[in-house]
Amino acid sequence: MTVSQPKIARDGPRLAASGDWIADHADAMQALLDEFAAAPAPVALDLAGVERLDTFGAFALTRLRGQPRALLTGVRETQRGLIDEIERLPCEPAAAPPRRRIADGLESLGRALAEASADAVDFAAMLGRLAEAFARACVHPHAFRLRSIVHHLDRVGVQAAPIMIMMTFLVGAIIAQQGFFHFRRFGAEDYVVDLVAVLILREIGVLLVTIMAAGRSGSAYTAELGSMKMREEIDALSTMGFDPAEFLILPRVLALVIAVPALTFLGSMAALAGGGLVAWAYAGMSPPIYISRLSEAVSLESFEVGMIKAPFMALAVGVVAAVEGLRVEGSTDSLGRRTTTSVVKSIFLAIVLDGVFAIFFAAIGM
Amino acid sequence: MDIAIHIEGLTVGFGAKTVIDALSLDVRRNEILGLIGASGGGKTVLLRALLGLVPKRAGRIEILGLPRDSAREIGRRCGTLFQQGALFSSLTVLENLEFPMREYLGGSDALRRDVAIAKLEMVGLKAEDALKFPAELSGGMVKRAALARALALDPEVLLLDEPTSGLDPIAAGDFDELIRTLRQTLGLTVFMVTHDLDTLHSVCDRVAALYGGKIVALGPLAEVRASAHPWISAYFRGARGRAALA
Repeated sequence: MTVSQPKIARDGPRLAASGDWIADHADAMQALLDEFAAAPAPVALDLAGVERLDTFGAFALTRLRGQPRALLTGVRETQRGLIDEIERLPCEPAAAPPRRRIADGLESLGRALAEASADAVDFAAMLGRLAEAFARACVHPHAFRLRSIVHHLDRVGVQAAPIMIMMTFLVGAIIAQQGFFHFRRFGAEDYVVDLVAVLILREIGVLLVTIMAAGRSGSAYTAELGSMKMREEIDALSTMGFDPAEFLILPRVLALVIAVPALTFLGSMAALAGGGLVAWAYAGMSPPIYISRLSEAVSLESFEVGMIKAPFMALAVGVVAAVEGLRVEGSTDSLGRRTTTSVVKSIFLAIVLDGVFAIFFAAIGM
Repeated sequence: MDIAIHIEGLTVGFGAKTVIDALSLDVRRNEILGLIGASGGGKTVLLRALLGLVPKRAGRIEILGLPRDSAREIGRRCGTLFQQGALFSSLTVLENLEFPMREYLGGSDALRRDVAIAKLEMVGLKAEDALKFPAELSGGMVKRAALARALALDPEVLLLDEPTSGLDPIAAGDFDELIRTLRQTLGLTVFMVTHDLDTLHSVCDRVAALYGGKIVALGPLAEVRASAHPWISAYFRGARGRAALA
């Protein structure tokens, strides 16, 4: 098929269009529209020369006719329907997208503040729903959805164990190496084991595991619950008379509350082992000596401090993940945004919680 | 005869299962062909093979004389309406239409926007719906917006997956009317998967019946109805079929 550019011939107030008025020639049609925009509206427009026409071209020709519409002549029968169709349309201009102004910046600041307080309310509400579901489950133990809990325990606990152990092992080794390197200068090598043990058992073990759980499992929870929300699965569950908190959220949060302390224990042991390896290979401290130093350096208290924090951290991660998951709306955009928010918020909350615990334990002398 | 879609010896399968079995079918230019078939009988797989979304085991697919592999050229000349609309959820309706136009066509932003609005109005949406996001639209509006997007590039071939499912009878009737007008004015070739007997009756020039991975009947609706194939008999002799074609 030969292709010819759209053209306009002018004869006083009469215009004659020819060529192919199709979408591929949008640039050429645009140029013609621009050229004739300033000219007075034509009286007649002849279309006898128009070879091919599509909606793009029909639209451009309708534009060219101006207001009031110029008389059309020489319209081919096959093209008349399309031109009539376009002419019939109101062709209203779309509302311009709103401009951004300084006031919008203030508005979004205000919204962010309002949302922060809504966060606290939603967090408390979710905690309440879970407590209610948990209490109900305590009365009717079959409501505990054991299968679901075990399934999620496998995902967030068992499957997460290798990476958690590897990561904490490495961090333990690094802390020990740094300790030996810097303490050696003022002859305090004897205290490296104290440093490693106290730091890992009280803080690093539980924090690392919580942060990893937020990134690995909390994000998955948010994405799962969010896509269930998008596909109305959660609504379907509610209309059947089931409580989504009991069926979907409680098993997930419980699995996390069980898995994070277990992983904290495994991770802390792995970190101590990493420290031991460095002490042996880098500082020449034999494993039996490292272990005996460890037992002198740490009391059961340090271990307890770390382990007591773990389930609370897990609860925070689980609840934030659930709240954010249920906030997902229709678009894929909001799913991505909510998942990000979930991870960021839960890590932030875990660290704040850690600070609160530090104050608490200092106050009771632990 | 001018052929728009040429399928020859197409075989598609998953694992040990063969879904489409050495199927051959030609869709003529400027015709509306309706494809019917039992659910799970391979209609969607055939359509997805036409769209290049599932790999074929054997055979040849040509659209407008181009092999199916030339994705970009076919993407420009072939519009698709997915059953669920498949509008990009992070873009507004207007942006959904402007996106393929901007990628493939020239012209100014203003012209593209005006044409996009005209297309939305053509399928029965209002200019005020243009700035909405897909999640804010009703089911019928999603269908219309998706059709407008399929038409955004003024394609020569239109592939429709159950275009009237989920629409009320009035909207479905309007939709049929719209397809007919577009075929006439734009010279479209339409290949549609549909179960809507009214659509088959009022819009389709020819009907193809897919059963067991093969085309078991092909021709004008009256001929297909007269077929002795047991599944086709059951399809049209059911109470709903009788009522629709009465």
